[in-house]
Amino acid sequence: MTHLLQVEDLCVSFRTDRGIVRAVDGVSLHVAAGETLAVVGESGSGKSVTALSILRLLGDAGRIDSGRVLFEGEDLGLLNDAGIRAVRGNRIAMIFQEPMSSLNPVLTIGMQVAEPIRIHRRVSWKDALDQAGALLERVSIPDARSRLNDYPHRFSGGMRQRVMIAMALACQPKLIIADEPTTALDVTVQAQILDLLRALTRELQSALILITHDLGVVARYADRVAVMYAGRIVETAPAVELFAQPLHPYTRGLLESAPQLNRKSHARLSTIGGQPPNLAHLPRGCAFSPRCPFVGEPCLPAPPPLEWVSATHARACVNYA
Amino acid sequence: MPAPVSTMPEDAPATASPGEVLLNVENLKVHFPVMSGVLRPRRIATIQAVDGVSFDLRRGETLSIVGESGCGKSTTALAVLRLQALTSGRIVFDGEDIAGHGGRRLRTVRRRMQMVFQDPYGSLNPRMTLHEIIGEPLLVHGFARDRAQYNARIAELIDLVGLLPDMATRYPHEFSGGQRQRIGIARALALEPDLLICDEPVSALDVSIQSQILNLFLDLQERLGLTYLFISHNLSVVRHISDRVAVMYLGRIVEIAPADELFANPKHPYTQALMAAAPVADPGVEVARPSAVMIGEVPSPRNPPSGCRFHPRCPHAFAPCSTIDPAFDLVGPTSRVACHLYTTPTPSHDLVEAVKNA
Repeated sequence: MTHLLQVEDLCVSFRTDRGIVRAVDGVSLHVAAGETLAVVGESGSGKSVTALSILRLLGDAGRIDSGRVLFEGEDLGLLNDAGIRAVRGNRIAMIFQEPMSSLNPVLTIGMQVAEPIRIHRRVSWKDALDQAGALLERVSIPDARSRLNDYPHRFSGGMRQRVMIAMALACQPKLIIADEPTTALDVTVQAQILDLLRALTRELQSALILITHDLGVVARYADRVAVMYAGRIVETAPAVELFAQPLHPYTRGLLESAPQLNRKSHARLSTIGGQPPNLAHLPRGCAFSPRCPFVGEPCLPAPPPLEWVSATHARACVNYA
Repeated sequence: MPAPVSTMPEDAPATASPGEVLLNVENLKVHFPVMSGVLRPRRIATIQAVDGVSFDLRRGETLSIVGESGCGKSTTALAVLRLQALTSGRIVFDGEDIAGHGGRRLRTVRRRMQMVFQDPYGSLNPRMTLHEIIGEPLLVHGFARDRAQYNARIAELIDLVGLLPDMATRYPHEFSGGQRQRIGIARALALEPDLLICDEPVSALDVSIQSQILNLFLDLQERLGLTYLFISHNLSVVRHISDRVAVMYLGRIVEIAPADELFANPKHPYTQALMAAAPVADPGVEVARPSAVMIGEVPSPRNPPSGCRFHPRCPHAFAPCSTIDPAFDLVGPTSRVACHLYTTPTPSHDLVEAVKNA
């Protein structure tokens, strides 16, 4: 089976004040057409860097050291600048966390939504703006066509994120990457935005990579999950399976330590001890080993590889269950 | 000091609360003027950020205020601490109305009510060591008699929040987010306060660190008999830490109830909508739950809707909702709701049943 997107053994490093830091270390993942993959992890786990690497948006400090990104069978790493630009916003679109800073404050909403259509579809501004109006209607912005000439500051946070979704959908991409799309928003707005995103991706048969740290969002919206820790995928499985039977101690710790709406109050939460890993000073062997209750001899020589325990469930742990 | 009791709705009537009232807030209003004009600015509107909020907080209890951004929960917290000027209302702390206090009298009261802030990065002075940060309130309030007592108290606080003695000479940037929040808590506890006001204290932290800090709050409450006013938008966190919960919408409290009762049986349509929107970390539960997305967005507090402020978005709105402001009435021994479904005498009963059956 060929996948829509296949990332193979991706390694990314950044130049920092403290030397070269490996932010993504041997990540492999795939997404099928129409599927929603959630990438879960804490700050510094490499989930956003993985997403940015797919579209080669790392900037000057970051470098893809090795690995391949295959999209519809094509190696995106081999494309020249014009080639990758033809993919961005067209076949793969991205939605960022901050709807406030991701929109240009001095351009009208209409121009910003119409821009990708004009670039990738080579239509006139008039036609592009007309399509932009239709898109804003589809993301349920009230009185959409009359708001094409408004500037971003006239929109609330939730409305701006709807505009971002309209921009992402403009060219009917095969894949949408949403990096913490609702982290800055209130829960009721979050539910509106994610329900909308789910409905529209289903309608377009687009795949979605949803990057989040919120396990509730994962449970509600994801088909499959990849859990990242210190630049590596430590477990991946269908969402239902991951929540029912986590096979990595970190996943288990995350699930158990999160306070839950349907759990009784005032009991002590189980915790993951210690501190999040410092990428510049990773421990020898498994990066989770200093915080792991199941740590043992086999964890220490080298980071454990991601091994498949069934056709759909893989984990990177040598010493647990 | 009475131990904090988790109030179960079945066996705990209103009188069996943990202790006497420590804080009583009555009809608190904080209005911000909107000015226009450069040479002769004039008031063109008023933002009613907090508009008639009343609640009690008993000693040893945790009351959480939840609501979406702009509902006035943080402004309420700041007004209680008198870090925000209030427009009107009474704030009675341990029997003393502090709403009009200033200068030395205010400082004396503030020693007993301290704040833990949301942003552990922004709320610590980067040029001070851990030792100096925790020690500063002791110096400001003249809390230590001599150098030895000062140092001993700092060492005690470092240990209390789970940091290590050899960290005392480090600067904030050398700590992780969770450790910085521990420093913020130690600083707040330095003066042995009765009341700790915590504004979103774990929302900037990673999931694995959140649980450590929440447990620390529970442990400290047990050991020191602290009273918490907890501000958060995260319902899971609130469910976990609270004895009682107040839900705010557009500057008003719309529902207040014991935590277990509120989460088991939310009464106000807004509370119900909030709960439906918050995802549960269990795909089995999520599949079974109908998607109940609330329509629209929070209106501007500059021009709040007439009658019940929630009525334009409320799925159960009926005739009186758009004209009459609902009273904040008791519905049971310990719960209050501001909603016509529960308060108007005749038609409401049928409607409550209709809502239940819907």
